[in-house]
Amino acid sequence: MRAYKPKDNVQAKAYYTDRFYVAPQVPKSAVETDEVFASDLEAIKAKFEVKDAYIQVEQMVIYINAHDIYGVLELMRDELQYTQLSEMSAIDWLAKDNTFEIFYQMLSMTKRKRIRVKYFIENGQAVDSVEKLFRSADWSEREMFDMFGIEANNHPFMKRILMPYDWQGNPLLKTYPLEGDEFAAWYEVDKIYGKEARDIIGPELRDTARVDRYDSERFSRLGFEVPKGTKITGDEEPHVESYQEESGVFMVTKLDKESSKVIDDPQR
Amino acid sequence: MAQVKNRLTPFFENITFDRDDNELVLNFGPQHPSAHGQLRLMLHLQQEQIVKAHPDIGYLHRGMEKMAENMIYNEFMPTTDRMDYIASSSNNYGFALAVEKLIGLEVPRRAKVIRMFLLEINRLMSHLFWLATTALDIGAMTVFLFAFREREYLMDIIEGYCGARLTHAAIRIGGVPLDIQDSFLGQLRVFLDKLPQNIKDYEDLLDSNRIWLMRMEEVGTISTEMALSWGCTGPMLRASGVAWDIRKEEPYELYDEVEFNVPFSDKGDNFARYRIYMEEMRESAKILYQCIEMYEKCEKDGQTELMAHAPKYISAPKLDIMTQNYSLMQHFVLVTQGMRPPVGEVYVATESPKGELGFYINSQGGPYPYRLKLRAPSFWHTGILTDLLPGHYIPDVVSIIGTTNIVFGEVDR
Repeated sequence: MRAYKPKDNVQAKAYYTDRFYVAPQVPKSAVETDEVFASDLEAIKAKFEVKDAYIQVEQMVIYINAHDIYGVLELMRDELQYTQLSEMSAIDWLAKDNTFEIFYQMLSMTKRKRIRVKYFIENGQAVDSVEKLFRSADWSEREMFDMFGIEANNHPFMKRILMPYDWQGNPLLKTYPLEGDEFAAWYEVDKIYGKEARDIIGPELRDTARVDRYDSERFSRLGFEVPKGTKITGDEEPHVESYQEESGVFMVTKLDKESSKVIDDPQR
Repeated sequence: MAQVKNRLTPFFENITFDRDDNELVLNFGPQHPSAHGQLRLMLHLQQEQIVKAHPDIGYLHRGMEKMAENMIYNEFMPTTDRMDYIASSSNNYGFALAVEKLIGLEVPRRAKVIRMFLLEINRLMSHLFWLATTALDIGAMTVFLFAFREREYLMDIIEGYCGARLTHAAIRIGGVPLDIQDSFLGQLRVFLDKLPQNIKDYEDLLDSNRIWLMRMEEVGTISTEMALSWGCTGPMLRASGVAWDIRKEEPYELYDEVEFNVPFSDKGDNFARYRIYMEEMRESAKILYQCIEMYEKCEKDGQTELMAHAPKYISAPKLDIMTQNYSLMQHFVLVTQGMRPPVGEVYVATESPKGELGFYINSQGGPYPYRLKLRAPSFWHTGILTDLLPGHYIPDVVSIIGTTNIVFGEVDR
């Protein structure tokens, strides 16, 4: 039977994990331990529902409802002095519970504090754009749309930003393989040479570290070297390379291949 | 391979002009020498004045965040070099610091001092490179040659340390791999003693240069609100009236022990940014002098540790690996499987030469990060061109792109 490989997350996985291994947690502390964060949280709680809040690695994390995001960020910007949106993006949890987690990294320069505002959305749901509050969200939301396919409502220009406009697929989804999918393999071939040239050119090789055993042009036939361009059938005799100088090496007996025995069973 | 006819032949009969105004659309880049990389700017022009600008990026997109999800933590370190390749140690450092905060590591003092050396040398290299290329764009060839000469000295020092000139990979999670070479301090002192005169030479050439002033003064003015709203950081923000330097406000490493000033200006134009780069070079030199003292004190106190001691995450020193069985086993596991940081998330911002370089890491306890977001300052410094360029004229475009100091390795990631 073939080994089962999950299709919903095709990223690299640990090939071995001790069955008794329990991953430790990055410590979280209560918001009350920090005065500034506590008062900020009070101000947000007075107007919006806060589902969870804690401090982790010197920064406060709060979970809110998806539809409150514009209001919360407006409150934070205008009343709590969080004047900069450093970063925003999404985390793909589709394999776990069909949701995306969206985070907004806020910075207050007067208080020297950073808050991460987060919420969950269902797959296919759109987020509210905060581009009117922070212009930096213009490009961040486009990047999120490009990488995850999450649309932002009321965004002035919801187009791809890093990938080409006519690209298909969202590269940062966990279902998207690292070396690209079928579309990615033919994208440039089709564009430059046309679909009819597919047979001549072949799919684009995006995994440059891949070794093709029967490729005689790219130095991948270690131990089976043939002149460049030779058609390979795969049944050549292995070519044994001798690494000892002809005149011998000091203190080392000249190796006689005929009289020596090569141990080819590693389990001996 | 058979010859295949290229199908990218233009067919002009398909183009229709649906506007009868005087607006001209000009494509600036993606192969323009003054675009500092693969930037395509679509400029809508009325005469010579820009009415609409549309920066198009992604020509250098390599999917680093995707790569990070498929690499163990130490494996990703050389990839960070390729973000801001003008000052690659600062990217190495940002990533190393984020992982260290995630697992709660304390780095030995000597390693901290060496990291400060690397960070400030990288800042100097980056600023010198900025000065050289921007001056060259505006036509000051002499400044380009002068600044590249000085940058060469610094690259030699770095090459002596880690063997690479551009992509250093000189910082490890938990410390630094090597102590500085014997000639390091001597060479650095010689460079630093000459630097004030060198900076004065550049300023003599530029400060009262009529062409330079025409392209710099009152051009590309960014208001404080605009800079904050667009997420500008670093010299771009400090030139617009906010004295915010992460080294000062949220100190990491030993920046709270060194004395330096944060230059800022309320003008917000190209000239203010130019002045800030020049002043920051002087401040970096000040920091480096203090680092030399700190390093000599470390040596006197016999602090020789270069890597943190955390067997769960960091390999033991080479000598232990070669002599002790358990260290070798640990090393083997850490190399083949990778370290497994605790479950949690962290966002760590550092002051790279371009601005706030942030690493957001979401770890689910596995050897691969579940999500890694790179917050590169240049991304937003490119975005701001949308709002900044309209109203300016064609010759100002090059000088504005120059002073934003964007590097496409980190815009596209």
